[in-house]
Amino acid sequence: MRRNVLPGLRLSLGVTLLYVSLIVVLPLAALVFKAASLGPADYWQIVSSSRALASYRVTVLAALAATFFNLFFGLALAWVLVRYRFPGKRIVDAMVDLPFALPTAVAGISLTALFTTNGVFGSILGDFGIKVAYTPLGIMIAMCFTSLPFIVRTVQPVLEDLDPSLEEAAQSLGGSDWAIFRKVILPLLTPALLAGVSLSFARSLGEFGAIIFIAGNQPMSTEITALLIFIRLEEYDYQAAAAIASVLLLAAFLMLGFTNWLQARALRYTARG
Amino acid sequence: MGTMRTGRTPPRVGDGPFFRRILIGIVLILGAFLILAPLLIIGVEAFAKGWQVYRDTILHPDTRHAIMLTVLTALVAVPVNTAFGIAAAWAVTKFDFRGKAFLLVVIEIPFSVSPIVAGVAYLFVYGLQGLFGPTLDAYGIKILFAIPGIILASMFVTAPFVARELIPLMQSQGRDLEEAATSLGASGWRTFFSVTLPNIKWALLYGVVLCNARVMGEFGAVSVVSGNIRGQTNTLPLHIELLYHDYQAAGAFASASILALIAVFTIIAKVALERRGAGRVRPAVNPAEKTA
Repeated sequence: MRRNVLPGLRLSLGVTLLYVSLIVVLPLAALVFKAASLGPADYWQIVSSSRALASYRVTVLAALAATFFNLFFGLALAWVLVRYRFPGKRIVDAMVDLPFALPTAVAGISLTALFTTNGVFGSILGDFGIKVAYTPLGIMIAMCFTSLPFIVRTVQPVLEDLDPSLEEAAQSLGGSDWAIFRKVILPLLTPALLAGVSLSFARSLGEFGAIIFIAGNQPMSTEITALLIFIRLEEYDYQAAAAIASVLLLAAFLMLGFTNWLQARALRYTARG
Repeated sequence: MGTMRTGRTPPRVGDGPFFRRILIGIVLILGAFLILAPLLIIGVEAFAKGWQVYRDTILHPDTRHAIMLTVLTALVAVPVNTAFGIAAAWAVTKFDFRGKAFLLVVIEIPFSVSPIVAGVAYLFVYGLQGLFGPTLDAYGIKILFAIPGIILASMFVTAPFVARELIPLMQSQGRDLEEAATSLGASGWRTFFSVTLPNIKWALLYGVVLCNARVMGEFGAVSVVSGNIRGQTNTLPLHIELLYHDYQAAGAFASASILALIAVFTIIAKVALERRGAGRVRPAVNPAEKTA
């Protein structure tokens, strides 16, 4: 360990620890404490009630579907932005960040306006018998919107840094484009794709604002877990809210752990060269 | 990017004209449906009932109050999170200490936590059924269902924004310049303002811009802790929800158009700052990504 000559450790670390403790750790600890105060039997009864289970199911399934769609769309978008030139490319590149910049409530009402049966898209889809607004499909579309940038922005820098000589070597060996993509490029993109997928999925699990307007919010069918927590609060059932919130918190920690594990693995791989 | 030489390079994978056109076409069409259309529809719906309704909504006292509250929240939460981000980045990148990796994970937590969970968590600290609620109530201090609660919840949600931009950048810049400055006798503050700050200013501004956009648009966490009192504790996103559920769609979209405008300005600022190098250094998630 080298000797440190720089000043400010105490002040900067002190401020950091104090802020993190008060703003981040304390509230989450209070939530866990509240949920734990229920006792195992009551806790289990609340988090495994049929309405809660139905909310996990619709949330997880819609998040999986949205992430799966974004895996392909996000990769295609990153690929097009890195590999090709076309008019308006810079605008498209900037617009990818719109879902991060646009407040979720705004996204929620505008997606709803587009996809209700009188909306621009909803009326066309309705002619084909497809209902989006107030169905699980609507939840999925809201999740697609809010989590799209994650996959594009994690894959894009890796694609940019891809060494062209790898492709050239594979081409000189007579590989078809598809074979080179599958056997050379895709393996190099996989860690970034996985990181993007886990961020996108985690975001979808917790999303609230963009979803509640388009979801219909019917218990047992289109009620997401975040909304169920909110409803329990409005009913002044604070313990149930705490218990169900702790389930979402646990899911968030699992996803955070997974992302960090991916990062650590990628770094170890780099260190080995 | 630097390796791209147009004109001379042999065709790379996927450069066939047919495949290229198809893929660009699919991406542009999907992008127009999923990203561009939601932005455009805000303008269409906001003026659906005419300019007069738009003007009336924006000038309505409740809307003006919501705008003021949103700006006030940003004026407190953004500078506080900026100060925190600088302190955290300085501590983490200029010193070695035990538990650093853990601290980095804790700083990132708000990104993964649902805004609703964040709001509920604050309820159990400052609410009547929470840790400090009864004590605060005894002294007549109101945090929840009042402005302090809105600001605190916004601070939680955006806590990592500035730190996340600064840490990878300052990590990559190392400590040599600062060590040289202090060994020549500069004070800590002087070193920060004259040596460190000029090197991180664009990344700092980048973090501030993104933090501000998120604070002004935060909905879930704020809707739990605000109590939605019209004309009192309604921020702009909450005001939009209220109008929308009141069957005043044009009014909701008129209010939403303000936030959409802020989002567009945020993106323009982001692009401008990226041209100055901000947002470029990222923690490595992939072996192909450069770490130094």
